[in-house]
Amino acid sequence: MSVTAWVPRDAGALAVGAQATARKLQSEAKAAGVDLTIRRNGSRGLYWLEPLVEIECAEGRIAYGPVTEREVPDLVAKGLLKGAAHRLRIGPIEEHPWLATQQRLTFARVGRIDPLDLAAYRATGGYKGLARALELGPEATVNEVLESGLRGRGGAAFPTGIKWQTVLRQPAGQKYVTCNADEGDSGTFSDRMLMEGDPYALMEGMTIAGFAVGATRGFIYLRVEYPHAFKVLASVLSTAREAGLLGDDVLGSGNSFDIEVRLGAGAYICGEETSMLESLEGRRGEVRVRPPLPAEKGLFGAPTVVNNVITLATVPTILAGGAAAYRDYGQAKSRGTLPLQLAGNIRRGGLVERAFGLTVRELLEDYGGGSQSGRPIRAVQIGGPLGAYLPASQFDTPLEYEGLSAIGALLGHGGVVAFDDTVDMLEMARYAMEFCAIESCGKCTPCRIGSVRGAEALAAISRGEDRERQLVLVEELCDTMLNASLCGLGGMTPFPVQSAMKHFPEDFRLRTRGG
Amino acid sequence: MSAEARIVAIVERHRHRDGPLIEILHDVQADFGCIPSGAVPVIASTLNMSRAEVHGVVSFYHHFRTRAPGRHVLQICRAESCQAAGGRAIESHAQKRFGIGFGETTADGQVTLDAVFCLGLCACSPAAMFDGEVLGRVTPESLDALIDAGTR
Repeated sequence: MSVTAWVPRDAGALAVGAQATARKLQSEAKAAGVDLTIRRNGSRGLYWLEPLVEIECAEGRIAYGPVTEREVPDLVAKGLLKGAAHRLRIGPIEEHPWLATQQRLTFARVGRIDPLDLAAYRATGGYKGLARALELGPEATVNEVLESGLRGRGGAAFPTGIKWQTVLRQPAGQKYVTCNADEGDSGTFSDRMLMEGDPYALMEGMTIAGFAVGATRGFIYLRVEYPHAFKVLASVLSTAREAGLLGDDVLGSGNSFDIEVRLGAGAYICGEETSMLESLEGRRGEVRVRPPLPAEKGLFGAPTVVNNVITLATVPTILAGGAAAYRDYGQAKSRGTLPLQLAGNIRRGGLVERAFGLTVRELLEDYGGGSQSGRPIRAVQIGGPLGAYLPASQFDTPLEYEGLSAIGALLGHGGVVAFDDTVDMLEMARYAMEFCAIESCGKCTPCRIGSVRGAEALAAISRGEDRERQLVLVEELCDTMLNASLCGLGGMTPFPVQSAMKHFPEDFRLRTRGG
Repeated sequence: MSAEARIVAIVERHRHRDGPLIEILHDVQADFGCIPSGAVPVIASTLNMSRAEVHGVVSFYHHFRTRAPGRHVLQICRAESCQAAGGRAIESHAQKRFGIGFGETTADGQVTLDAVFCLGLCACSPAAMFDGEVLGRVTPESLDALIDAGTR
């Protein structure tokens, strides 16, 4: 009997033992006389079920999870390799409601194919987007992206097509496409999942961008905390070169494009685009004053596209299916789908790609299943360490750009972190300031000094010292940081601080210590 | 090969590239475990930069160390998602176990404890990394087991 099983090689799955599970599965199958082929995929994003093992059966891929190493002998004895019943049997994975109700465009392949398998990528629609772009020509390709309504998924939500148009209109010469893979926001992991689970989509998106704006070189700025993604990217880049998908004659079109991966060095600020460009140039990651925009003077002073991983990886889908098909998803000025990431204190955390418009509550309850601890969810932070905290009274807000900005919050890179009712919001506000102090590049005073003073003042409030005056000081510091910082780090750190103070004032009142 | 020759060889390998300094520092740290103070003038003179410029880059990035770490490096995520899932208890467990704070190395040179701000494993919070091995849904017991297996 010969059987094929899938076990993810995604870092999130490895972190909960997928490697040991795969090894045990292989040895148990051998002992049972079964010829087992284990294939490695990305994660489907149902992380509470990881390690998720899928068995290829007549009725599709039957999933079991979470399958720890210890569960494997019992599972194999009870017929796992035939897709038999077991308390860990999930059933056909693609019919699982958590997955079946999603609208996966950007993540269509993640978890389904072996990310290193170029043939599988092409067999599932890969490189159709690039082929269409080559037919359309640069101007029309930029127009497709413009008309799709795609906005930057890194957090700033700037229309991608406008950025590309600006670079395209710069005089011919050296131009660059850079991919911001410095995914540093807590609660976000969609870039990592995509790079580990469908890296060719990113390659293809960057190649399309290069063709559209007239750039021949691309850089991926990858954070050093993602060693697994680095290995995957290094591997697929060399395969793509051998296959003529990168190099001097991309897809036989006569166009030249190649990509280099550069590792960051543990600086959150380098996720800010101008700071990232400084770092790519080998310097301190201090932000640049804008203008000029990177689209005019970016990397090494040349016109540069700076896009996030998800933005670029979505481009092939848009080109292959047409702008209108993508635009049909979503609402108002938030078009298409957004890969949301559900994390923190949550029962069913993971990746939820849906058209814009799902409410926070639907995400937390229908997908998340409430908190992991079983206690009420008291607050969520959306959009990373610079995002606002929302109280339960705001959970009916739709997850789209304008809806969130209407309540003084932001969507950012789409990370949603849940906290139960044991959270101390004063401490979270203090932590926000501390994080800013640790990560500040130091170039502007409001951020460099304001964050240190802010953390000190909030710590003093927590000790009950001079509370009223310290609260005024925090407000003033927030006002200065908000209005006078050079970039979003100092300029947005007030969001979590002020939202915590506004929505959870009881945590900032005088308390009896040790009580 | 002398330390200086090794550094020169690394610089030579990268100097033709655009903006090579951080790439060079990554390789130096991979070779020496840190950026030794003697490396700065060598890199600076080969790249025709000032020592202050090179030092400025080394000191800007949390990842670059100027002293070699312990034999093992334990990184614990301190970011919000991990805090929401009980990460503070993991932080104090590790600090207590080794008797050191973040950024410190045990007296016997065995383990360096570092804070990290997000490993991208937030759906499996709290998270940690030990000698490059990722660990999610960390409990004090699972952390101890990983460390025991790694330091045995």
